[in-house]
Amino acid sequence: MGNQLRRPTYIILISNMKVATFNQIMVLGLLVVLVATGCVNKRREGVTPLPGREPGIVGSQGPNEAMPPREASGGGRLGSDSGVEGSNLPVNEEGNIANAPLPLFENRPVDYETFEEHTVYFDFDSSVVNTTEVWKIRAVADYLQNAPGNDLVIEGHCDERGTEEYNRALGERRAQAVREFLSNLGISPARIRTMSYGEDDPAVEGTTEAAYAKNRRAVFGLLFPAQE
Amino acid sequence: MSNLIFPMRLRCVISCFLLLTTGIPAYGQQTLEVTRPADSTQTIPVHISGLTGQAASAVKFDLEIQGFDVVEEENAQYLVRGTSQGNVEGRLIHKGSGETLISKSYKGGSLRMQAHAFSDEIVLTTTGIGGIASTLIAFKADPGKAKEVYVSDYDGYNAVQVTQDNTIAAAPQWVPGQKQLVYTSYLRNNPDIYIHNLLTGERRIIARYSGSNISPSVSPDGKKVAMILSKEGSPDLFVANIDGSNLVQLTQTRESESSPCWSPDGTQICFVSRMSGRPALYTISPTGGPLRNIRTAGISNPTEPCWSPDGKTIAFTALMKGFNICTVPAEGGTAEVLVGGEDPSWAPNSRTLIFTSRRENKRVLSLLDVPTKRVKDVHQLSMSCSQPSWAR
Repeated sequence: MGNQLRRPTYIILISNMKVATFNQIMVLGLLVVLVATGCVNKRREGVTPLPGREPGIVGSQGPNEAMPPREASGGGRLGSDSGVEGSNLPVNEEGNIANAPLPLFENRPVDYETFEEHTVYFDFDSSVVNTTEVWKIRAVADYLQNAPGNDLVIEGHCDERGTEEYNRALGERRAQAVREFLSNLGISPARIRTMSYGEDDPAVEGTTEAAYAKNRRAVFGLLFPAQE
Repeated sequence: MSNLIFPMRLRCVISCFLLLTTGIPAYGQQTLEVTRPADSTQTIPVHISGLTGQAASAVKFDLEIQGFDVVEEENAQYLVRGTSQGNVEGRLIHKGSGETLISKSYKGGSLRMQAHAFSDEIVLTTTGIGGIASTLIAFKADPGKAKEVYVSDYDGYNAVQVTQDNTIAAAPQWVPGQKQLVYTSYLRNNPDIYIHNLLTGERRIIARYSGSNISPSVSPDGKKVAMILSKEGSPDLFVANIDGSNLVQLTQTRESESSPCWSPDGTQICFVSRMSGRPALYTISPTGGPLRNIRTAGISNPTEPCWSPDGKTIAFTALMKGFNICTVPAEGGTAEVLVGGEDPSWAPNSRTLIFTSRRENKRVLSLLDVPTKRVKDVHQLSMSCSQPSWAR
């Protein structure tokens, strides 16, 4: 491949325009709710959210272009205009923040108890962070701000009403949505690791709506410094 | 599906291949006109006699899942006569003409494998399409708390546990034409993608990036692997060499991509993306370029696609009320629901699917003959099993 980039001139066929319209209405409705409750205006001192991205509104909008093939080891804009300290992970045009290398997270004890009450729950087939869950992510952000030696792992899970590999990807998207939210709250995304268990590790067995709701989640694990 | 009459030269090649696999001289093959049903949705009635025990049950199972009905002699179109004392000896007789189409003695391997070789011969002779009775599947199973990768005969016999990682090993896929698998394992506390040589037992990690490395699928020529990696901030479609080098990102969206599979000519990768807001099928060239939406008219939420070896059909799971196995022409179009179930994988004959059914307390593998819609569970596997992959 070398360094050649192909200019993207593609058109993506969106298969269901009604869904796109529905999404726009939902997003507008959510925006109205957020403005009304004042959530949008609450910002941490000295932190600017990534441009074009308000916390709590995460979803697919607008055309998504196919990526021209390129070496995956670099490229993309740096997220330096976010005001986030210590984050030099590439952020691409879509707003996705690349992950920090895995070795940074290896051999580190994990504590799942500290944030046991802060598990983030999701709607069916969605990785959108609900407003009802935002306080939990803020609490985790506050903790991490005051614990610079600690980092975080976010583990995404699904209920069993999706197919297995679809769910494995969805669980990851959920974990990364929460990571993005934390990044917008000023936590360096380089401190946050994500992984997905799909539907393989439910919190609650069962086929009731209540059980399903408990399984659609992102779980926080507090990482301590690496052990030798 | 058309029934092709194999030319004589190809019959010789196939006979020689079977000779090598069964280890006995082939005789009894003449140039014969055999009446084949014009329409593969019609079953072929056969009568089986003489075979006993495992050989009999294997031949019956093999034929029933490939579009045959085992009936009384007076209603049969073909007669399957054999013995299985020590080794399988079998004949296939066209009842109408009285002609003997197959007359063979099998040796080597087990009695079941000889019976499978015999039923493969029956299927080939009567339909012109190769049988699938001697093929292998890989799948994920729950032997206890952990989930591990297994390999077995297509009918669930002779299951062998491939991983002992004592965590989660998932989504096995075959390297085409080889006794190698790719799969995801959480052995090293991360979903990583492995390639595993079943003959030597050796395996290597081919993707261990930060985030999740999942859903590997190997190209038909065995040289490339498509995967879903979240290293760039969202689960995206990537392609690399089979050893994991030369990684190239093919999609970059705000939503997740999942479940890549290859066209049999290797020119396209079909996958699922939620980029439009709900799951849909797309294709892209493995060297990058425009995405093409594969329409599944009439069916919503397609996931877990699998491209038939003959290139004509994509099977997938629709997330509707429950899961449904569906097919759609490979270029897109009107999709059809076949049966309840999920995660289909095509047999080499582009006619049979293996898939997962969810039952009360476990998952089972089931076989589907697409033209006749006949379903048979793979009862031989007693564990909870899912994510089957049929070796090509």
